[in-house]
Amino acid sequence: MSNIISSALRGQFRQTNEVEKQQSTTQQTGKVQMNAFYKWLLDPKRRGALLVTPAVLLLFVMNIFPLMWSFGLSFFHFKASSMKPPRFAGFYYYEKVLADPVVWDRFQTTAAIVSLSVLTQLVIGSALALLFAKKFPLRREILMMILTPMMLSFVAVGVFFKLFYEPTFGIISQAYMYFSGETMTLLATKWGAIAGIVIADAWMWSPFVMLLVLAGLVSVPDYLYEAADVDRATPWERFKTVTFPYVKGLLLLAVLFRTIETFKLFDIVYIITAGGPGTSTETIAVYVYRMAFQFFKTSQSSALSYILLFVVIVLTNLYLYFVNQRNEGAS
Amino acid sequence: MFFKKKDRGIREAGWDRTLITGVVGMVYFAPVFWIILNAFKTRQDGLATPPKLFFTPSMDNFFNVFYRITDAGDHVATGMGLYFFNSIFAAGAGVLLALVIGTLAAYGFSRYPLRGNDTYLFVILTTRMLPPIVVIIPIFLMFRVTGLSGSYIGIILLYAMFNLAFSVWMMKSFFDELSTDVEDAARLDGINEIKVFFKICIPQLTAGLAATAVFALILTWNEFLFALLLTGNDTRTVPVAMARAMGGQLGVDYGLLSAIITLFLIPVFVVTYMLQNHLLRGVTFGTVKK
Repeated sequence: MSNIISSALRGQFRQTNEVEKQQSTTQQTGKVQMNAFYKWLLDPKRRGALLVTPAVLLLFVMNIFPLMWSFGLSFFHFKASSMKPPRFAGFYYYEKVLADPVVWDRFQTTAAIVSLSVLTQLVIGSALALLFAKKFPLRREILMMILTPMMLSFVAVGVFFKLFYEPTFGIISQAYMYFSGETMTLLATKWGAIAGIVIADAWMWSPFVMLLVLAGLVSVPDYLYEAADVDRATPWERFKTVTFPYVKGLLLLAVLFRTIETFKLFDIVYIITAGGPGTSTETIAVYVYRMAFQFFKTSQSSALSYILLFVVIVLTNLYLYFVNQRNEGAS
Repeated sequence: MFFKKKDRGIREAGWDRTLITGVVGMVYFAPVFWIILNAFKTRQDGLATPPKLFFTPSMDNFFNVFYRITDAGDHVATGMGLYFFNSIFAAGAGVLLALVIGTLAAYGFSRYPLRGNDTYLFVILTTRMLPPIVVIIPIFLMFRVTGLSGSYIGIILLYAMFNLAFSVWMMKSFFDELSTDVEDAARLDGINEIKVFFKICIPQLTAGLAATAVFALILTWNEFLFALLLTGNDTRTVPVAMARAMGGQLGVDYGLLSAIITLFLIPVFVVTYMLQNHLLRGVTFGTVKK
């Protein structure tokens, strides 16, 4: 960003000098100035910067600047609901957030949901991928049924499952009632509610893992399977030495990507349990939401946001590292 | 990519595999199917225990989505029509803006790498990977100061930002795949850069552009948190209206809710079917191509 601006300023300065010289010789200053400006703007050296500028500008105004603002706010006493001018607080809110047992409790809840959900997705996704890694009639149509959940809205999925878990009318509860004779109140206990969220999230995102694993499976060259057959490899050996190396990288990407995404899980929790019973399924995203928009603890929520931001940046970096590694391996 | 005639390593399996996967697919799809079924049930059928699989379908719920009958017998619009319009309009305008800006940027990143190209790309991706709740707090404050809260311009700008990272990464992955030979040949013939971009690059990428646009549209169509906090009564989108219908005081009308969801899902089905070959690239923001 600063590169672009500084080089732009330097170029502008050089250009105005030239224009000043031209002014003495010609009367059409305005036109010359415009031409010089276009010439400067469309210089091949600047083409990359020129093409990228609108995007960077939009991101700066709508994302980076607000984030910096809230970064600043996290060092001040400030409540969005009151008119008092902000007072400097230093690291007060960071200390408060990091020392707060409630925050650690929410992190634990989030970690439990993330690990359970990603694990379930991994198992179901891989199983589905193995099923679909062959050519058979109507494959595209059947695949469509599996892939649809991934494209649904979190809200719609949340509403579905809330409906299914509903103690008297919900289809899952009724099935449970039919077999056990007891009413199912899944969302009434902590682990039941977590299971409810994990089932919904895993149902929605297992197809994502399946897509990645499938991409790995279909990229295994046929001759390797033939060679394995010639060597009379057992199915397990064949899987270990032929199939798995092709799937490994993609599996890792799937886990990382899903971890990042599940870490910020908000909509499903908000709809299905709203953090309940009590606060036992409140994920960190729901907690920040409550803190910022129900209690209006703006500074504190900004400080916590920045801690989240840091976690996500680390995970994203890791993800891109493995993406690059994979691309280099392929080429 | 999964459906090419000569897929590497893909072996033939017969109808028995179709049968197995068919059953699995049906089980997997059952929740969606059940909701759609529910949308066609009357209130009595919907609340029946045990649940009815066979019933006379009724369109009442769909009618009730858009109109309410008052005690006097008048039809009053429920506002749902407006919310559907808002969803389409905000998503459409936001995606269009993001796509135009994003494609230019992707072309720049792909063909004229800047110093620190990867850093820019990383920052751009990070803006998308962030939990929306982190981004929304400062934007909420900013919108309150500028008065953009609850306006179309606000939500459209926000959606443009929301989709920009996605457009840039997707389009860059498409541009990277494109051979530069044709472009270079055109440049040697003295064709200017603007023409190279519009007449040579873009026509080769129409499929990619369409995939990116449609994908971004669906992601935006499904978006909830931004819309929850930054739309007003007149600019509310369908997911927010759905969540509100969920939290109603007078008990939830599940038939009505199912009908809203069913209508909401139609574009999703169509698009998923159209996009199947680009799905992998789309869900990983262009980082995994094959």
